[in-house]
Amino acid sequence: MNTDDHVIEVTDLRRVYGGGFEAVRGISFAVGRGELFALLGTNGAGKTSTVEVLEGLARPASGSVRVLGHDPYAERHHVRPRIGVMLQEGGFPAELTVTEAVRMWSGCTSGSRPAGEALELVGLAKRSGVRIKQLSGGEKRRLDLALALLGRPEVLFLDEPTTGLDAEGRAETWELVRALRASGTTVLLTTHYLEEAESLADRLAIMHEGQLAVSGTPAEVTALQPSQISFELPDGYHLGDLPPLDALGVSSHDVAGRKVKLRTKELQQAATRLLLWAQDAGVELRGLDVRSASLEEAFLQIARDVKEEARQKEKVA
Amino acid sequence: MSTATATTTGPTTTSAGRLAALGRAELTLLGRSKGMLVTALIVPLLLPLSVAQTLKEDMLAKAGVTMGTSMLAAGVGFAMLFAVYSALTNIFVARREELVLKRLRTGELRDREILAGTALPAALIGVVQCVVVAFGCMAMVDLEAPKALHLTVLGVLLGIVLMVALAAVTAAFSRTAESAQVSSLPLMFVSMIGSGMTVPLEVFPDKLASVLELLPASPAIRLVRGGWTGDLTAYEALGAVATAVAWVVIAVFAVQRWFRWEPRH
Repeated sequence: MNTDDHVIEVTDLRRVYGGGFEAVRGISFAVGRGELFALLGTNGAGKTSTVEVLEGLARPASGSVRVLGHDPYAERHHVRPRIGVMLQEGGFPAELTVTEAVRMWSGCTSGSRPAGEALELVGLAKRSGVRIKQLSGGEKRRLDLALALLGRPEVLFLDEPTTGLDAEGRAETWELVRALRASGTTVLLTTHYLEEAESLADRLAIMHEGQLAVSGTPAEVTALQPSQISFELPDGYHLGDLPPLDALGVSSHDVAGRKVKLRTKELQQAATRLLLWAQDAGVELRGLDVRSASLEEAFLQIARDVKEEARQKEKVA
Repeated sequence: MSTATATTTGPTTTSAGRLAALGRAELTLLGRSKGMLVTALIVPLLLPLSVAQTLKEDMLAKAGVTMGTSMLAAGVGFAMLFAVYSALTNIFVARREELVLKRLRTGELRDREILAGTALPAALIGVVQCVVVAFGCMAMVDLEAPKALHLTVLGVLLGIVLMVALAAVTAAFSRTAESAQVSSLPLMFVSMIGSGMTVPLEVFPDKLASVLELLPASPAIRLVRGGWTGDLTAYEALGAVATAVAWVVIAVFAVQRWFRWEPRH
């Protein structure tokens, strides 16, 4: 195995909690050096359960996980000095000041940056003398990020790094993550903000109910989904009055009252033909909305598909 | 290993360096918690004085012990129970519930370093108090100079290590800092009465005394007192050390088995 190619390798990972709940159900993926990989999913999809195994906080029930070529749980001492971790929910003693917390962490981190530099990176330098209990939720996330960056890690695990940040804070964090990636840091990020994954990730995977539903570049994942055209049927018209949907290149459709939603993989062709028809017929398509597939649509569709599959399986059984 | 990212500057950490960094932060926190300061600093130094009021000279004489060694045992015992055991049970629970332990576990600190580093200030305060108590007793209640100081020192150290481990065990069975104050009571009560801290074991019937000698804190107190008076035979000293070590082993096993690093979901 060449660790220069794959900094993170996950093979058939399963994680089962004490009560028997199977949070991660056999997932595999790999992250290359310098890549930014986003793990997307709804709450409870198993993202954090997966990342905790990668961080070496928990052992897999089965399957294997390698980080920088090592088992992150059994060989923690090899892995930890080279990774940085930001937990979804990590704590700091409320009565320490920001600087005291960074100094403490610095004493426990090989190759640590100076405390001031780390705080500068995340925009907390002005708050260095403040007790942690007086920080806002967003500022605590920034402090957490500063500690994750303290050892100039080769691999950075960010579990929902922007949850609780305002729009400005989120933009600043994105900028910082982009800069880290540009300097060669491998980043594994979990998020439930789709635009975050879309704008930052080289590759992403969508997780649902403990499984990876799909993975690829944002463009690849999006391209799996059809685009959409929606509008209201003009008064006196029925669906059958439209040109044949097959001829438009429409793969499926919904009708709710007078509202029509068409799905197509050939958006330009379908939209052009529909609009030409409307022009010839001299009708107005009210509420016309034409949109390419988005990650959001892909995401919702995957959630629906997985549910449908499960239902089919139950029927068969 | 060569990467575009890692132009590491600071030194590689050592176990001692990590312990010092964590211990320093904990000391800062201890200094900022008034409640902790009272429990850790004042109570153990004041309580022995109240014990002095209840001990009767004739009872002590009958049991063959002096006021000086009784006060020493009380002072050392209370330092272990309040400054180390009770304080640390609270601290371990508080750090777990505010997710500090979980965050620490993502770094280079090993599990035992997290517990040891967190315990460092309390353990040091415990040691300092034992020294203060010893000098105080020599100055105020005619405690003679120690005959076998090494046994006393060994007793203090074994006792403090055991208290740290038992605090971690107790923390494992306490959900909140408030409930930790209750769940630490049984050991404190039993130790005060049955481990020779307030009542010398010599006043109990022989059979009961030999059972009480097996309690967790008993061997430490026995070593402290016996080391001071020089009354312990090598055989007795060895027995006390063996009992203390056995308790440490049991407690460390219990910590490994039951200690939780994050709150229950």
